[in-house]
Amino acid sequence: MDLFNAFIVVFASGIRLGTPLILACLAGLWSERSGVVDIGLEGKMLVGAFGSAAVATFTGSVWLGLLAGVAATIAVSLVHGYASIDQRANQIVSGTAINMVAAGLTALIGNAIWSQGGRTPELPASAQFQAIELPFVDAIAPVPILGPIYQHLISGHDLVTYAAFLLVPLTYWALYSTRFGLRLRAVGENPAAVDTAGISVRGLRYGAVVICGVLVGLSGVYLVLSQAAYFQPNMSAGKGFIALAALVFAKWRPWPALATCLLFGFLDAVAIRLQGVELPVIGPVPVQAIEALPYVLTVVLLAGFIGKAIPPKASGIPYVKER
Amino acid sequence: MSSPLRPLPQWADVALIPLVNVGAAFIISGLVVLAIGENPLDAVQILITGALGDLEGIGFTLYYATSFIFTGLAVAICFHAGLFNIGVEGQAYVAGLGAALAALNLGFLPGYSLAAAAIIGAALFGAAFAFIPGYLQAKRDSHIVITTIMFNYIASALMGYLLVDVLRVPGQMNAETPEFSAYAIVPHFYELLAPLGVHWPVTPFNLSFLLALAAAFAVWLVIWRTRLGYSIRTVGANATAAIYGGISPARVTIVTTLLSGALAGGMAVNVILGEEHRLILEYTAGFGFVGIAVALMGRAHPVGIILAAILFGMLYQGGAELAFEKPKISRDMIVVIQGLVVLFAGALEHMFRRPVATLLARRTTSPPI
Repeated sequence: MDLFNAFIVVFASGIRLGTPLILACLAGLWSERSGVVDIGLEGKMLVGAFGSAAVATFTGSVWLGLLAGVAATIAVSLVHGYASIDQRANQIVSGTAINMVAAGLTALIGNAIWSQGGRTPELPASAQFQAIELPFVDAIAPVPILGPIYQHLISGHDLVTYAAFLLVPLTYWALYSTRFGLRLRAVGENPAAVDTAGISVRGLRYGAVVICGVLVGLSGVYLVLSQAAYFQPNMSAGKGFIALAALVFAKWRPWPALATCLLFGFLDAVAIRLQGVELPVIGPVPVQAIEALPYVLTVVLLAGFIGKAIPPKASGIPYVKER
Repeated sequence: MSSPLRPLPQWADVALIPLVNVGAAFIISGLVVLAIGENPLDAVQILITGALGDLEGIGFTLYYATSFIFTGLAVAICFHAGLFNIGVEGQAYVAGLGAALAALNLGFLPGYSLAAAAIIGAALFGAAFAFIPGYLQAKRDSHIVITTIMFNYIASALMGYLLVDVLRVPGQMNAETPEFSAYAIVPHFYELLAPLGVHWPVTPFNLSFLLALAAAFAVWLVIWRTRLGYSIRTVGANATAAIYGGISPARVTIVTTLLSGALAGGMAVNVILGEEHRLILEYTAGFGFVGIAVALMGRAHPVGIILAAILFGMLYQGGAELAFEKPKISRDMIVVIQGLVVLFAGALEHMFRRPVATLLARRTTSPPI
């Protein structure tokens, strides 16, 4: 029973750590499925986090914080869109630039305003998203096995977490069951065909870039308004790149993306849990090995040893209309 | 649709457009400084005085520049083969391990041959760490950008483990190796110049700078004067054409990434062997990423890279002074400038091409009076 409870705790923490990954991974999925490679997720997450922290600090409103975080991230996304779509830039270079500017600018402005080395003041509880108790928690809680699962894994998360989990089926539906989704996937595989059909490649890609901004912005907002209650420089700590790894690992598909992000979140939770724990035979757990596992797994997958990860055919290639 | 662009005169292509791009990055940076309530011109003055005002400033500037020349060359040589090596950070970090292992374990080597062995160790470990992404790109078609990003984190985890749990001196608080012996280090300039009666202030500026210049010359030689360089440039320009020319893109990809990793190892020579004299946690401090900005700004040419590296050395040294005098402009400003340089000199490099071309065309076609 103790082991079971420990698992519940680690799983619940895995969900919390996985949520920003899910949002960022879906963001990358939208962008890359339309043919715009986005390695700037990390930087955009920071922009979303900083925007929400700054505005929530000034206004005391969690909703204005959310809006500001998402709006700021869309703006940065559009810069990447302009470079990638209109300027036909190297999308890797553009993403790298966004990561650098975002990391520098958020810390710089934060430091200039609050003079705490880039950290923003701690938000009051009223300016954070609170955990939501689902109905009948008290009634179901005493039930063995199911009770703790319902109480700790299903209930008790905040709005952004539930939104992230809902966005997975929504993305699946939008990509595979709507006209927009069909066109968007087509534009990532064969933009010339879409263009020939009289549909704007540029319009679709800008649409995808904006959706990407909203989603990755939410992941940044989550870091501040649901988790830390303040912004600090580089608080995304590589989550944007883990999300990118998850996207590759999930082979650019929504449901596997959810599973991968939860797996990576769970690994993270296990690493935290096992810090300093002595195991029989192995001795102290090399926590770094668990931390590196998402990256190692992704490289192994990319190498083609467990299935083959094939990106959308036109991803990373600017579309040139005139030939 | 828009009319095709007339080719620009060569001087505009080589000098004017890059200057306009970098200028745009600095103008936006100035606006950022203005927005946080400081005077950009004052900031520039403090920065330049801090970087070049005295010999001490110059020493630090050139010390930073040495690292940037190495990381910039590492990124640039891959550019020529059409590869984007984002993993210079991780390669330089692991190269530090090579330098440290050689310096600590090959003590039987006579005199300064130990330092030479440590330098080779750095290059070998850097190259070995770059080999895996290069091999996977060449043989298994795994995108090198993604694999090198992953390898940066793998490097960080691996080195964290080794420094904290394996290499650390027992009982020591800091995660670092013991100090190297005096023959395993690259000497400082101030130490070398003192016996000659030249007084140079105590700065980390060390002999690695000359190694960096030599590496830049070697890269120029390889890229533009050898058969290998020709293959690298051909694969970068058109891999399919390279195959018809009898060049194996897979082989070129692997060789280029090996060279790139070895060049990244130069940073370990400068910082670990030249200044710290022991391996420390996270010593690369993002300098591998600065290499991307340096390579783009220097247009992947060794001369451009040296100039860009010195400019970034000035930014890092002057930026430290600036943060000291004007706390509002923290060192993060340098990261912003670096990002803007990558944005304008890299991603948006063609944005000003049309306006400049129009301007030049108007000037040259205006009727003589």
